[in-house]
Amino acid sequence: MAEPPRSSTTSLATALREAALAALVAALLSVPLLGFRLVDSAQGLSLDYRFLWVVYAAFGVFSARLILNLTGSSIVGSVQKSFSGITIVKRFTGDWERIVGWVLIGLAFLLPLLGDRNLADRATLVLIYVMLGTGLSIVVGLAGLLDLGYVAFYAVGAYCYAILALTFGLSFWICLPLAGLFAGLFGILLGFPVLRLRGDYLAIVTLGFGEIVRILLINWQDLTGGPDGIIGIPRPTLFGLEFRMGDDAGSFAGFFGIPFSPAHRIFFLYYLALALVLFTVFFVQRIRRLPIGRAWEALREDEIACRSLGLNPTTIKLSAFALGASFAGFAGSFFATRQGFISPESFTFIESAIILAIVVLGGMGSVIGIVFAAILLVGLPEWFRELEQFRMFAFGIVMVLVVVWRPHGLLSKRSPSVLLNQQATK
Amino acid sequence: MTGSLLRVEGLTMRFGGLTAVDNLSFNVAADEITAIIGPNGAGKTTVFNCLTGFYQPTSGHLQMVHPNGKAFSLERMSGHTIARNARAVRTFQNIRLFSGMSVLENLMIAQHISLMRASLYSIGGLLGLAGYRKAEREAIELARYWLEKVNLIESADEPAGSLSYGARRRLEIARAMCASPLLLCLDEPAAGLNPHEDMELCELLADIRREHNIAILLIEHDMGIVMRISDHIVVIDHGACIADGTPADVRANPAVIRAYLGEPDEDEAQAVVG
Repeated sequence: MAEPPRSSTTSLATALREAALAALVAALLSVPLLGFRLVDSAQGLSLDYRFLWVVYAAFGVFSARLILNLTGSSIVGSVQKSFSGITIVKRFTGDWERIVGWVLIGLAFLLPLLGDRNLADRATLVLIYVMLGTGLSIVVGLAGLLDLGYVAFYAVGAYCYAILALTFGLSFWICLPLAGLFAGLFGILLGFPVLRLRGDYLAIVTLGFGEIVRILLINWQDLTGGPDGIIGIPRPTLFGLEFRMGDDAGSFAGFFGIPFSPAHRIFFLYYLALALVLFTVFFVQRIRRLPIGRAWEALREDEIACRSLGLNPTTIKLSAFALGASFAGFAGSFFATRQGFISPESFTFIESAIILAIVVLGGMGSVIGIVFAAILLVGLPEWFRELEQFRMFAFGIVMVLVVVWRPHGLLSKRSPSVLLNQQATK
Repeated sequence: MTGSLLRVEGLTMRFGGLTAVDNLSFNVAADEITAIIGPNGAGKTTVFNCLTGFYQPTSGHLQMVHPNGKAFSLERMSGHTIARNARAVRTFQNIRLFSGMSVLENLMIAQHISLMRASLYSIGGLLGLAGYRKAEREAIELARYWLEKVNLIESADEPAGSLSYGARRRLEIARAMCASPLLLCLDEPAAGLNPHEDMELCELLADIRREHNIAILLIEHDMGIVMRISDHIVVIDHGACIADGTPADVRANPAVIRAYLGEPDEDEAQAVVG
């Protein structure tokens, strides 16, 4: 109120100046990025100049910035303000989140009815990352232990399934829990040396652990096939029915008396992934409300206070590592059976980084946030393929928008694991 | 009167060349409020840290004997087992709450051990067995009891970090009480409280002692509170015990007056101890 009205001419001048500055930066950046193009012609490589594109880019940035300055320079700020900081919300928003969750599950069940094989295949990939993100959210989101080597457990699960299935002929359904168990053991193995570490130091050691596992996979030729990987991994079966050509009673198509279609397996894999994701999500949602889940969060908040109340930080940390790792193991064995081929190349650091980005973008521990972040980070780059050379550019824009609008992740509201008044309604 | 709950004998703690606690001995009687006072840097918090397993004492013996006759040598136990088995639970000078979690959750974590057992190490809880649901209801009831005691029932579902300073102090005490201690160790519980909150704190501590039959050991700078509620005062200076007795004894002890004021003149000494 007390603020004197600003004259419109000065604000227009500032807006113009800022827009011009932004346009200048955009022009400078886009000269090397857009201005030159390497052309492969008969005479060899030559440069093609397209400075008109630079002008377009600069003009685009200028007008966008000008509009933002004149109309609602506060848009970004106000949205940002309303989402900054983790706040504990009460039941109503919890209900809203539950409704969105059920709608998402419903949509996920209906998705194959569209009959689009590519869409189902991409969605399966997204589901794998939802599962990985949910598993990692136990370690990073709940227990607050920054793990940069999560892909190691994913690899352990995948190789565990491949080796067990090929050597002993065990079925997918027996290998799945074994792979989870084995990855969980690896989680404890990593947990022991890092018990005393926190923050950056923990991140470095886990990063190293991820690399150790990958390099081990490359060099242990006899067991893992080295850089060539393992091929011919058995595909999963539906109660013994295989997804293959032929109309005998042993194949899915033959048993149900329908014509064979390769889509059957894709849709089956999709539903299998969906079932695994639902199991993971319900498990994590449930365990968050149990004493162990609360202990993880308490450990993230204050380890010393935990000790003073009689909680043993060692077992709490190890249980978080082990459980988080087992879910990576499940996801890994599903990945192996889906691809039919695995090699160390699938388990590089960038995978860990993507999974961590999903957890952080999702908002540290919010499952629905993880789903949206996985769609954004894994699904979008696939859909952006049609944009060809601008694919990663579009991906970058989306990332920047998310970081600007939701600096604490897509859904960063934490609802308490227990409410005092919920008994009254029960 | 049931004899002493905690016996400290010859406790010494050295950090390199610095002797923070020097051959300190005192007793804490069951169902009494014992205060440790002393000038800044006298080693009070170091005693607490030795007692609750955060430091390993250089030498000395810390023996806790439960009313049922079970004895624990605290100097040989690690941090979390002291709270779990010997049941000596502490609060902190710079409040340590789980500030991102709700007030009620803070109190639930204090009951982690019994809840963990009731949930069969999470397996029963995952399956939704009735035993765990009952244990959780009881835990919530205990939390509700303490929330009413410390007057925080209205903010039970708020984040602990959003509470006012005084409320956070009270919540930390309630959290320690939910861990069902036999010895409650309070590190400067009145620091930063206003006179009204001081009074509430005194009532709360007297109430805890009266109704729950537990011993309280507290470090405090506010002499008004110390003199009002303690049954027994231990004064330490430069790590050594210089006086040990009832408030009236300590008030009259010339060594105490010297420790606080150097060589005193009458008026100032009166201001401190009166």
